[in-house]
Amino acid sequence: MQKRKFIPGLALATSALLIGSSALAQVKIAYIDPLSGPFANVGEAGLKGFKEAAEILVNQKGGIMGQKLEFVGFDNKGSPQESLIQLKAATDQGIRFVTQGNGSGAAHALIDAVNKWNARNPDKTVLFFNYAAVDPTLTNEKCSFWHFRFDANSDMKMEAITNYMEKDKKIKKVFILGQDYAHGHQVAKATKEMLARKRKDVKIVGEDLHPIGRVKDFAPYVAKIKASGADTIVTGNWGNDLSLLIKAAKDAKLSAKFYTYYAGGLGTPQAMGAAGEGKVLQLTEWHMNVPTKNAEKFALDFNKKYPGVWFYYLRVNTMTEMVAKAMNTAKSTDPKAVALALEDMRFPAENGEAWMRKSDHQLMQPLYISVFSKKDGKVVKHDSEGTGFGWKTVAAISQRDSQLPTSCIMERP
Amino acid sequence: MEFVFISLLNGITYGLLLFMLSSGLTLIFSMMGILNFAHASFYMLGAYFAYQISTLVGFWPGLLVAPLLVGAVGALVERYGLRRAHKFGHVAELLFTFGLAFLVEEVVHLVWGKSSVDYQIPVELDGTLFTLFDTAFPTYKGFMMLISVGMLIALYLLLTRTRIGLIIQAALTKPDMVEALGHNVPRIFMLVFGGGTALAGLAGVIGGNAFITEPGMAAAVGSIVFVVVVVGGLGSLGGAFVASLLIGCIQTFSIALSISITDVFALIGVSLPEGSQVARLTITQLAPVLPYILMVGILIFRPRGLMGARES
Repeated sequence: MQKRKFIPGLALATSALLIGSSALAQVKIAYIDPLSGPFANVGEAGLKGFKEAAEILVNQKGGIMGQKLEFVGFDNKGSPQESLIQLKAATDQGIRFVTQGNGSGAAHALIDAVNKWNARNPDKTVLFFNYAAVDPTLTNEKCSFWHFRFDANSDMKMEAITNYMEKDKKIKKVFILGQDYAHGHQVAKATKEMLARKRKDVKIVGEDLHPIGRVKDFAPYVAKIKASGADTIVTGNWGNDLSLLIKAAKDAKLSAKFYTYYAGGLGTPQAMGAAGEGKVLQLTEWHMNVPTKNAEKFALDFNKKYPGVWFYYLRVNTMTEMVAKAMNTAKSTDPKAVALALEDMRFPAENGEAWMRKSDHQLMQPLYISVFSKKDGKVVKHDSEGTGFGWKTVAAISQRDSQLPTSCIMERP
Repeated sequence: MEFVFISLLNGITYGLLLFMLSSGLTLIFSMMGILNFAHASFYMLGAYFAYQISTLVGFWPGLLVAPLLVGAVGALVERYGLRRAHKFGHVAELLFTFGLAFLVEEVVHLVWGKSSVDYQIPVELDGTLFTLFDTAFPTYKGFMMLISVGMLIALYLLLTRTRIGLIIQAALTKPDMVEALGHNVPRIFMLVFGGGTALAGLAGVIGGNAFITEPGMAAAVGSIVFVVVVVGGLGSLGGAFVASLLIGCIQTFSIALSISITDVFALIGVSLPEGSQVARLTITQLAPVLPYILMVGILIFRPRGLMGARES
């Protein structure tokens, strides 16, 4: 008797659950990056960027086959080990896509874990979108079918930077400073190799690696740079490691030029202020004063919506749109089908045509070298982080010129 | 020459900040025998309180109010937490402060978020104090030195020239006798604990905006203050002062040295095999570990520290 009463109730509950879940159906991407610790500000900015891009560029334009795209934050505290725990948490929730960017150490750990997981679970494969980890090996020796990189790798960036440095005959003595992990090592290695090839007359007067995220006072390093007589500093530092370095250089009135990858955002413009004018250069895929169709408005709206977080990552938008397009063309959210649709895709990104190279899954896109300059309303139309100074393009590198050969031998499923 | 002077200044500034942190710790240890693992948490609280006050009424009131608030929190912790834990012996006290450190960090996460807060140097102090050769020395660093030295002098005078200082010193070695003379020793303990944590709070007020105010800041200095206290000698204020300056200078100068371990061994006539990863490490890369090497060495060869009074 009891049983008969129970069954209709159960059926009702199940159907309610089904209706509920189909209305909420979502394509989820796990965002595994530091949301606490010394780089929490960097991780938070990235997550806000992805959420905004998913909402404006995908969900408001029909979503993914009618479903919504959602980014879910997982805090890896900046550590490779913790990234694996968070990857496990994401797969436990049935999430099939992950993205990560802050730290090539974590990217290395994730690429290995995703390869293993996919070998063991061919029916529940996971795909890894890398939006900022730039260690070249990730698309060379360690390349994987399950990994796509949407940022130019460190060697591509350094090639462009050294091509520009080649022409500046005022550069005589270079100091290389970096964070002591995969990325810092790669930047130092590439700088030395490429400068030796392009400018035999330039001397490397110092090379230092410091513990990542642990140095709070860079004054001793600045004193050392000063003592070395360097006129140019090359650094791959990011987040507070760059802001604090430039702040210390400003306090000590160091007059050398900085060639950086990441001076354009996440607090660094505020840290340098007027002291950075004409002295700090960056290489990026875009900055606010590169003319675009829609990105300028997107960035301004973003800055208004999230006061204190400044729009920085254009590639976050490019990645979100390309992933959505791949899912829509493949008419599937199966990772393997999405990966096949992403390969060789050409996409009209805001900074120019982007191309996902099939042989190594490295995105090719235009790059810009820019220098910190006073806002003039014309060339420097927008300032950075409310400082009154913004970025002025000094060199534009076309997508074709940014390409470097790869040594990737990809295992395809 | 320029480099030596600038590095010395940097080292002394850092050392003085370390001293502000460790003086409270060593004071508490010498009086109450408590190794306060949560000491750096009070440093962090000082920075966050000062940030909160600076958003409301500016930096200067915070310089005074924030340490007092931290001291009050410290006194409450002693009165209602440590005093109870004390009955169950040193291990209970140690575990209590250990847990407290995590508790404070979680509270900071909940109240101020997991990211850093924008705690800025006041405009009046943002500039150049003097230029040595052609390196500028920031005003704020001079201010930090001034506060630390002022604090050192005030502390010294308080402990040696005032009545309360005499009682504190007496309670240090003969608490039973002091109690028999009619002094309220538990209250003195509470005052010392509150005072010690207030000093850490003051260090947080001026250290928080010089560096970065974030939830990880306590963990970042937590271990180094223990190194200072152990090297200086547990319970010795003078020792803590010398050890702070020593460690500040070691860290600053070791960054400057680009020689590798191979070179160091070559100096004493030992040649290391080529190509090993360890041998190629430079002193700069070793800079963060050097204080710990010093601590281990001190514990082996001079367990009571540089100026410690007793073996413990």
